[in-house]
Amino acid sequence: MTTKLFGSKVARVEDQRFLRGQGRYVDDLLHDDPRLLHAAVLRSPHAHARITDIDVSDVLDVEGVVAVWTYDDLAGPMAEPLPLLIPHPALTHGRTQYALAKDEVNHVGEAIAFVVATDRYVAEDAVALIRVSYEFLEPVVGIPAARAAERLVHPDVPGNVGARLEQENGDARAAIAAAPHTLSLDLRIERSACTPMEGRGTVARWDPDTGRLTVWSSTQTSTGVRGCVAAKLGLDLAKVDVITPDVGGGFGVKINHPWPEELLVPLAARTLGRPVKFTEDRREHFISSAHERAQEHHVEVGFDDDGRLLGLDVEFWHDHGAYTPYGLIVPIITSTQLLGPYKPQSYRVVFESLYTNTVMVTPYRGAGRPQGCFVMERTMDAIAAYLGKDRAEVRSVNFIQPDEFPYDHGLVFQDGRELEYDSGDYPASLAKLKELVGWDEFEAFRAEMAAEGRRVGIGLACYVEGTGVGPYEGAHVHVETSGKVKVATGLTTQGQGHQTAFAQIVADTLGVRFEDVEVTTGDTRRMPYAVGTFASRAAVMSGSAVHLAALRAKEKALRIAAEALEANEADLEIADGVVSVRGTDASIDLGTISVLSNPLRYAFDEASKAATQFSVGDPGKPPVAEDDEPGLEGRDFYSPERATFASGMHAVIVETDPDTAEVRILKYAVVHDCGHLINPMIVEGQIHGGVAQGVGGALYERMAYDESGQLLNASFMDFLMPYVTEVPASIDIDHLETPSPLNPLGIKGAGEAGVIPSAAVFAAAIEDAERIPITAMPISPSELFDLRRAHAASPASEETP
Amino acid sequence: MSEQQHDVRLRVNGSVHEVRVPARRLLSDALRHDCGLTGTHVGCEHGVCGACTVLVDGRPTRSCLMLAVSAVDAEVTTVEGLTEPDGSLSPVQQAFSDCHGLQCGFCTPGFLTTIAAGLEDNPDPSEDEAREMVAGNLCRCTGYQNIVKAVLRAAEIKAGS
Repeated sequence: MTTKLFGSKVARVEDQRFLRGQGRYVDDLLHDDPRLLHAAVLRSPHAHARITDIDVSDVLDVEGVVAVWTYDDLAGPMAEPLPLLIPHPALTHGRTQYALAKDEVNHVGEAIAFVVATDRYVAEDAVALIRVSYEFLEPVVGIPAARAAERLVHPDVPGNVGARLEQENGDARAAIAAAPHTLSLDLRIERSACTPMEGRGTVARWDPDTGRLTVWSSTQTSTGVRGCVAAKLGLDLAKVDVITPDVGGGFGVKINHPWPEELLVPLAARTLGRPVKFTEDRREHFISSAHERAQEHHVEVGFDDDGRLLGLDVEFWHDHGAYTPYGLIVPIITSTQLLGPYKPQSYRVVFESLYTNTVMVTPYRGAGRPQGCFVMERTMDAIAAYLGKDRAEVRSVNFIQPDEFPYDHGLVFQDGRELEYDSGDYPASLAKLKELVGWDEFEAFRAEMAAEGRRVGIGLACYVEGTGVGPYEGAHVHVETSGKVKVATGLTTQGQGHQTAFAQIVADTLGVRFEDVEVTTGDTRRMPYAVGTFASRAAVMSGSAVHLAALRAKEKALRIAAEALEANEADLEIADGVVSVRGTDASIDLGTISVLSNPLRYAFDEASKAATQFSVGDPGKPPVAEDDEPGLEGRDFYSPERATFASGMHAVIVETDPDTAEVRILKYAVVHDCGHLINPMIVEGQIHGGVAQGVGGALYERMAYDESGQLLNASFMDFLMPYVTEVPASIDIDHLETPSPLNPLGIKGAGEAGVIPSAAVFAAAIEDAERIPITAMPISPSELFDLRRAHAASPASEETP
Repeated sequence: MSEQQHDVRLRVNGSVHEVRVPARRLLSDALRHDCGLTGTHVGCEHGVCGACTVLVDGRPTRSCLMLAVSAVDAEVTTVEGLTEPDGSLSPVQQAFSDCHGLQCGFCTPGFLTTIAAGLEDNPDPSEDEAREMVAGNLCRCTGYQNIVKAVLRAAEIKAGS
């Protein structure tokens, strides 16, 4: 009997190749092809300048250099700005860059010239020989400078404002004016970035014999790249294949497309008739991919004696960098997901999305939710402090209750659909979290620590995450005549274990052995209809699609088996790849059914003889029925009405060093609800990784731009990503499984969850330890040290009213 | 101008690779592109992340901070060389699978080589020592908890074999 795999800690199949050094990442491809050429990019050293001249005359003398492109060498669609991927009516002043800078540069790192040579070292030598003349312009760096608008990033964008968007449910300002208590808060989060261990990379090969282009890219959307490459290079879609090989982490940044190099590499490959590779180095990743997180927020809140939110009015400013290819997704998510598990009686939110002369912004794991969670949870803590109430209790009175689902917030979410939560149980989550972290016992622990001269604090933070947004994903399940099952889904994989999780679903649904299922992701040759991997959507979207496709294959298998076994379909069952008639010895394996499903004229092996025209079928009927097709296959798509909303709560106990202001994590607890778990081991791994990234974002990581727009810490020496020494030694995790009613498996996304509440939960715990309001994150020991000194000098001015 | 090339004999995982490289060619690039051993990954090219760690005469070494020409006469072990001769996983590799110590797999080869050498020095590490053993390698996916478990598990497998 086949054991149920859904919900089991199945070991990952992808590990076998990764552990042996046999993964195939984009820079590993074509390494032994002697015709392979290597690209390097000249990038702007200035944050804001007009280009008056580019002199490449020295470059072509370098032995090994094959070609160099600047903007003037681009034509047709390649000479147009890169696409604005997600237009929105509020994005009145959207701007995107050119594949190579045209006349001006707007951030350090913007691509200016593209050199192709026989060797990457030589290509970089050549880049250094290009002479560019600039006319310098004053850069706009940081939100205050962008808002002041004394200088403009783009001369035709007044006030540096790319977009302004307002949403309101009820009359928040009137509710605040009438409320018994009110508070105002100003809250800030700094820039950070995804920083996957593998940067961006693209390889392209043009086949002159077939007029076909193959592109490999470390992207989060191979179908997206395919569409862009075809459009920009003027190729029919049918002539372009895009394959996403193994990818060394994404975390959001690789969803943006096309990067300039994703177009220039294919262009060069076609022009030169030789394969071309571009692999980004670490500094390039810092200055020419994308960042996120930087926002400043002003909150006005009115509440009653219990802390119930009567009116919440949030205004915030989002720094989207120099360009807006990804539209307003990040600030829209902040503005909607800020509400978390709570139901304010009225809510108004307005944001401005601002240009600066810094690297552009696209979603980073959490995608605006960490900022929203920080704002909401800091507000909750401020209310509790003001009322002298327990912080958990103030949250409780504001929770949406389990019997209130579906809950409509009266707002529009990032996918253009209503912000309507499908399911959840927030009171149960909070009860579990309090138990897990020892919330009610903490004061005793604090006293115990204080007696030893140690200072500790506890914080908690709650979030809700819209996951599995549309429009759709699809899957194709093919049972080969060997009985092996080949599954393809179009979205891509960056380490989430999709090959394992999707195989678990197919094995269960179809009734086959897990070892017989092989899953391919992100290959447009195998599944040309797909969207991509972002917004914690892969398990929900492709998980549901592979389930539906496997069901279709199963239906067909049972239909053919019923005929072959002369049995009733209702009496059949499938286990371990064998269909049998219940209560009898009669059975047929899926491989044989696959043979029978495809009427043949020619036998190519022993098994296929059974399907030739003299062996099979009713001579009175067409070999393939009118409403049927050959092959044992299933193909289906999953397209939900709206997102499904996962949720969770984190708590942390920290100790702050009285002398050095260093923050030590003593305990970290997570309660997580992503509906039914496909593979609990993988989900917990996602949480671990998210928490580590959250620790980085809360305590260590920031993009340190100076006033001239230079990124001062564009290396792993200076951008402080957590090592093992910075993360909690263990994380206590408890799951709640509130199924989603929106998909057949009751699943919700889990990928981003771990990182969402980090800034909020650490700010709360540090504030609790130090009794100093924490309003800006990340916070370094030196900043905490300075806060202590400022607070000691004038405690009143720092105090929350 | 033509760059001077050097004929270098590299001994990697018990095999000899004769490569012709300029003096500036990094060992990481020589291993990946000249020897075709792409299991060694390059994460930062400035010696901080540890993804490119290989064993040079048994000692963990950042191959992005070493020139290929200076690896002459050394015995280099990459992740490909950790696998047992019969193709089965070595204790450290097996432990990573058992403990879900990897996700995207990009940093993994550097951890595996580091730990393989670490367990030679200290076959029975405490949890703190296990943490110390991997404290110079960056991973962006796993949060490290399962990597520390994998170090302890690898020691256990090794002791049992």
